[in-house]
Amino acid sequence: MSAPLLITFDKVWKSYGEGEARVHALAGVDLAIRRSEFVAIMGPSGSGKSTAMNIIGCLDTPTAGTYRFMGVDAGRLDRNRRALLRNIYVGFVFQGYNLLPRTTAAENVELPLIYRGVSARERRELAMQALAQVGLVGREHHTPAELSGGQQQRVAIARAIVTKPMLLVADEPTGNLDTARTHEIMELLTRLNAELGLTIVMVTHEADVVGYAERTVRFLDGRVASDTAKAEAA
Amino acid sequence: MIWETVRLSLISIRRNVLRSFLTLLGIVIGVAAVIAMLTIGSGTTEKVKTDISKLGSNLLVVRSGRPAGPGGPGGLDQVTRPLAAKDVEALVAHLSGARAIAPASQKQVRVIFGTESLTSGVTGTDSAYLDARDWNLVSGRPFSDSETRAGAGVCLIGETVRQQFFGAGDPEGETIRINRTSCRIIGLLEPKGYTGFGQDQDNVVLMPLAAYQRRIAGNRDIDNIYIAADDRTPTTELQPRVEDILRDTRRITPDRDPDFSIRDMTQIADAMASATTTMTGMLGAVAGVSLLVGGIGIMNIMLVSVTERTREIGIRLAIGAHENHILIQFLVEATVLSLLGGIIGILIGLAIAGLASVTLTIPFAPSPAVILLAVGFSALIGMVFGFFPALRGARLDPIDALRHE
Repeated sequence: MSAPLLITFDKVWKSYGEGEARVHALAGVDLAIRRSEFVAIMGPSGSGKSTAMNIIGCLDTPTAGTYRFMGVDAGRLDRNRRALLRNIYVGFVFQGYNLLPRTTAAENVELPLIYRGVSARERRELAMQALAQVGLVGREHHTPAELSGGQQQRVAIARAIVTKPMLLVADEPTGNLDTARTHEIMELLTRLNAELGLTIVMVTHEADVVGYAERTVRFLDGRVASDTAKAEAA
Repeated sequence: MIWETVRLSLISIRRNVLRSFLTLLGIVIGVAAVIAMLTIGSGTTEKVKTDISKLGSNLLVVRSGRPAGPGGPGGLDQVTRPLAAKDVEALVAHLSGARAIAPASQKQVRVIFGTESLTSGVTGTDSAYLDARDWNLVSGRPFSDSETRAGAGVCLIGETVRQQFFGAGDPEGETIRINRTSCRIIGLLEPKGYTGFGQDQDNVVLMPLAAYQRRIAGNRDIDNIYIAADDRTPTTELQPRVEDILRDTRRITPDRDPDFSIRDMTQIADAMASATTTMTGMLGAVAGVSLLVGGIGIMNIMLVSVTERTREIGIRLAIGAHENHILIQFLVEATVLSLLGGIIGILIGLAIAGLASVTLTIPFAPSPAVILLAVGFSALIGMVFGFFPALRGARLDPIDALRHE
């Protein structure tokens, strides 16, 4: 593991509310993730894992402490700078797929490229490549309603990787899928991690999904409770 | 990027056809009302102008009685001295800058031919009258000087009279009865149509003044003197000259009010036209209020749209949309929506105005300036009323927006 650091948490706090009602979602988290790692984040609800994921994906900022993304103090950037960071370096996959309804698979995949100002022709080309990478050739003109859950999640993954990001943040990517589909999606993510060197940070609570990751970070009460490599995770 | 956004907004409008249509409706009705009002209004103004110019251009009309004032034309206390032949003679002799000067007296009289009868405006005048009122003959000839002097039993008839008595036939040489006298038709006047006040200008019979005075009026009075200015003399310049001459012949010292009035038809035409223009503006403004209501409708629906698409906004923000991307997207959508409404409204407004111009027999006068203004204004409404909802969408927190169900 000599790859450079991609993500570092340095005593990160995230708090909500004031005074007596103040709640600490994260209470001084230290964490480092290197490039091309495949990390699973686990923990009961309220443990702070979603908050950590939002900060990792540059959607949220810490209340105290430092969050560095590629060496940049991302926690201090304004929302539009973070939007740019997300657009260039981060791809998102959600439990509920979050595809635009009544919009074709290809158009959904093209979406991040629109905000990059990529020309229509190049967008279509890149979208087709991404769809091919997730095994959805021939489905580019289907709308989400015409696709199965597994296929929708593949479209979402295609959308996440079409910008060739550094980091893929996956929030319970298999939460809505059956066992067979779950393993298909996990195999896809593993392959992308291996072939493209894509860093993956995945929040999950399913034990059999965790097995695909190289490393598992467990959150409890806003702190990292354990951080284990694959062999010990099972 | 902008073109892309316009395309996206069109797609989103198409996806919600019914809602988009209902949103448009406010703008459509507003713009249609404004366009219809202004187009019909300017048609009416044109109609009024041409109507009054049909009375004769650059025309002064002298009547006996004090000028119209707060008490109306001629006070009750006033014994009016009618105009007389010497007044006309004085004008003919001394007035410079006039193209034609014609005395005229008129009365509604029953006119009979065979078994048909018609109540017609019978006017006693001379051949200068046709010149003064820019009125031509379709056929026949005007009164000769000897007929005018002698008060011969000859007459010219208008188109309505011809149709009543002769259909499409030739009236020349026929004799009609007017009261207890009769006259021979020597010419047919060109049709003038109705005035803006609904008066048929073709239901007329012209005869020599002397004949009218002797056989119909039974006096020597003259009701009006028509004075047409020549091309070089504006009526405003002619009017004081006429007053001077008439004061002189009627022996009215400058310290007293005249016992006659001079009406300037050009001024009346201008006044009428400006009155209808004012009216048009007012109606347009009232219609403009409905545009404002339409704009508020747009804002309402855009707010609904932003709320409804909170999740979509969350997705877009998560995958790296800048605040301005979201702002522009909703702004463009609102603008495209209201512009679309504006264009539909213009078409409907023009259709209404076209229909009205047929039924009201006014000219169809669409103004490119008004149409352009309507397009610009509806786009502006979209931008103004779309801005607040768009800003609300752009300021959403991506995490909250993604959680939104």
